[in-house]
Amino acid sequence: MANFENVVVETDLLILGGGMAACGAAVEAAHWAKKHGLKVTLVDKAAMDRSGAVAMGLSAINQYVDLTTGKNSVKDYVDYVRNDLMGVTREDLVANIARHVDSTVHLFEKWGLPIWKDEQGNYVHEGRWQLMINGESYKVIVAEAAKNALLQSGVGQIFERVFVVEPLMDGDRVAGAVGFSVRENKFYVFKAKATVVAMGGAVHVFKPRSTGEGLGRAWYPPWNSGSSAYFTIKAGAEMTCQEVRFIPVRFKDAYGPVGAWFLLFKSRATNAMGGEYMVERKAELEKWGSYGRVKPIPANLRNYLGMLDCNEGKGPIFMRTEEAMQKIADQYKDDEKAYKKKVKELESEAWEDFLDMTISQAILWAATNVQPEQRSSEIAAAEPYFIGSHSGASGAWVSGPEDLQTSDSKGEYFWGYANMATVKGMFCAGDASGASSHKFSSGSHAEGRIVGKAAIKFIVENNTMPKVDMADVEKKKAAILKPLDTYEQNKNLTTDPEVNPSYIKPKMFMFRLQKIMDEYAGGVSTNFTTNKAGLERGLELLQWLKEDSDKLAASNLHELMRCWENVQRMWQAEAHVRTILFREETRWPGYYFRADKPAIDEQNWLVFANCKYDPSGDKWEMIKRPIKRIFA
Amino acid sequence: MPSYVNPEKCDGCKALDKTACQYICPNDLMVLDKDKMKAFNRDVSMCWECYNCVKICPTQAIEIRGYADFVPMGAQVTPLRSTDSIMWTVKFRNGMLKRFKFPIRTTPEGQAVPDGGFETKGDLNSLELLGEPASLRLPAVFTLKK
Repeated sequence: MANFENVVVETDLLILGGGMAACGAAVEAAHWAKKHGLKVTLVDKAAMDRSGAVAMGLSAINQYVDLTTGKNSVKDYVDYVRNDLMGVTREDLVANIARHVDSTVHLFEKWGLPIWKDEQGNYVHEGRWQLMINGESYKVIVAEAAKNALLQSGVGQIFERVFVVEPLMDGDRVAGAVGFSVRENKFYVFKAKATVVAMGGAVHVFKPRSTGEGLGRAWYPPWNSGSSAYFTIKAGAEMTCQEVRFIPVRFKDAYGPVGAWFLLFKSRATNAMGGEYMVERKAELEKWGSYGRVKPIPANLRNYLGMLDCNEGKGPIFMRTEEAMQKIADQYKDDEKAYKKKVKELESEAWEDFLDMTISQAILWAATNVQPEQRSSEIAAAEPYFIGSHSGASGAWVSGPEDLQTSDSKGEYFWGYANMATVKGMFCAGDASGASSHKFSSGSHAEGRIVGKAAIKFIVENNTMPKVDMADVEKKKAAILKPLDTYEQNKNLTTDPEVNPSYIKPKMFMFRLQKIMDEYAGGVSTNFTTNKAGLERGLELLQWLKEDSDKLAASNLHELMRCWENVQRMWQAEAHVRTILFREETRWPGYYFRADKPAIDEQNWLVFANCKYDPSGDKWEMIKRPIKRIFA
Repeated sequence: MPSYVNPEKCDGCKALDKTACQYICPNDLMVLDKDKMKAFNRDVSMCWECYNCVKICPTQAIEIRGYADFVPMGAQVTPLRSTDSIMWTVKFRNGMLKRFKFPIRTTPEGQAVPDGGFETKGDLNSLELLGEPASLRLPAVFTLKK
């Protein structure tokens, strides 16, 4: 076996991940840990300053409820999220985040994040729930507060460049995690009384539209490899909304954000004939229950109307940037100086939107000589993503808070600690927790804080170190390092280490997974459409892929991480396929379409479709859970 | 090759234990070729073009060339990041130049105070998180419990 030193770290609270949710957990847990004399350890596979989905920056904060001014209520936000997700939402979880998220945003501002203000000193809203920011250093600032909280208080330690793979279990309680350094031959064993899972969503499970090096230009970052889903599934946690993928409609190819254009600049999107699908296809909305009649129209239905245009050959679809900018500037047309100033301001705002968070789109504009005030730009549906924090909903099934239950919901949604999964001591936030969509960056941080406090409470009330079976750890170590051994043992059997009948390299493994998902689980090439037979065939192919994962090979630590990232993607894929198969209807037509069950079925399927993997029996169980209305 | 390294400018961070780009890359792509003492991107098809290597490079040796499979050639977007602002130079394919400057933070680097100066009420069993309810700018945390 490859020679790796064991590093054993004992801690009270273990935080896995370094993104927005993990930073929220760290900042919060540090405070309560200090009060109770506990230790906190955070493990990030990258560098906290620039890890996670906000690594590049963001141009807006997408969740700010504005409870302070009383313009919106917690119930307003819950209504918005439930409608957008076609009725499938845990109201208790959404409300818990909504009641705390403004506090998180106010902290961001104190820490140094520039939030746009109007002349009266009020935040500039992009839309009802969104604030405009100068967000190039958003993650740097949020990480700084988390690091200061952990290190200055003396309660915490941080491990960067350690890739976490498997959970450690003590019966039905999580006992920590194992992983390896991607910098040196060290195998890490973290033993903890509670574990926070905040390792992001999953990208590159489906084949992306890009074909060459543009593969990396996923809308969500390619380092989101399904680590959260894998960790929770393998611990035996019940998962929810594994079918609720997200397909963003963005500026074509470079995936620049459209939010500012639709919400702030009030731009129209028109097709090749100049028609507006949102107007011309209004009647289609009637087919999708009450959700077609709500405002704003659910994201997946907006997607769907645009897709119908493209399917009929009415593409490309254009964001009418020139028209929108002209319309705003025209308000100043009687004052030449003010008009010129406004035009300049709008141009700067348009470019900052990309430069803050999707620099590739700025390159694409420059490379195609686009000046947004002069010409439109194409928008298109991207590929499917797993992101519980946006308009998707996939993640672990977690307990809600006790005080946000009704007598009817409590038995279903509350089991002791906020955001604890069905595995004792395992807490989930951000993309790791399901059925609580639309938390975005700020809500993920707020949810991280909820988890940070709840996990410390759990530790105080269950203050024993779970048992870790070191024989089991050694078995896991051998399995995790196996790709290095496989490579060493077989590499000289051929003249090209990339082509070898004894093993598969991680990149080809990922391509194999992506092809299966694309063709059988409703990817881009099938217009996001699938059916029972296709899904069953997909599962058969996935089973062979799973068997072959035993033959993954890595020539170095970087490739070893890639091997396990792709195993994680594969498990996310399986949970997804099984759940789409289970849910016998089409509920989110702009995300995926079951051609054999083409209509929404409120009678039988206004429920959560959950799944659970049993590690001891290697079996999946599919479970229907009721949707309880709390803010009715 | 989304991010690429100019060999004239890269000094391998003078053989410190790791290069700045290697330290920061969220996807573990930047590595140091120890024979040449130059950094390079080891898997360009996994590069998100997040520009973090570009922004952190002490010798400004790293640039981005748009994804070759869909971006026409000739454009360049270059940041110059300071402690409180960032200036972007955008060069178009047709030669046009545009420059934009945006603030990036309002406080000195490293000084973020975890509770933001907001007083925390309550204990482990109460509803308040760090800095609440003051940080909500409300008298209390919302609840359904009467």
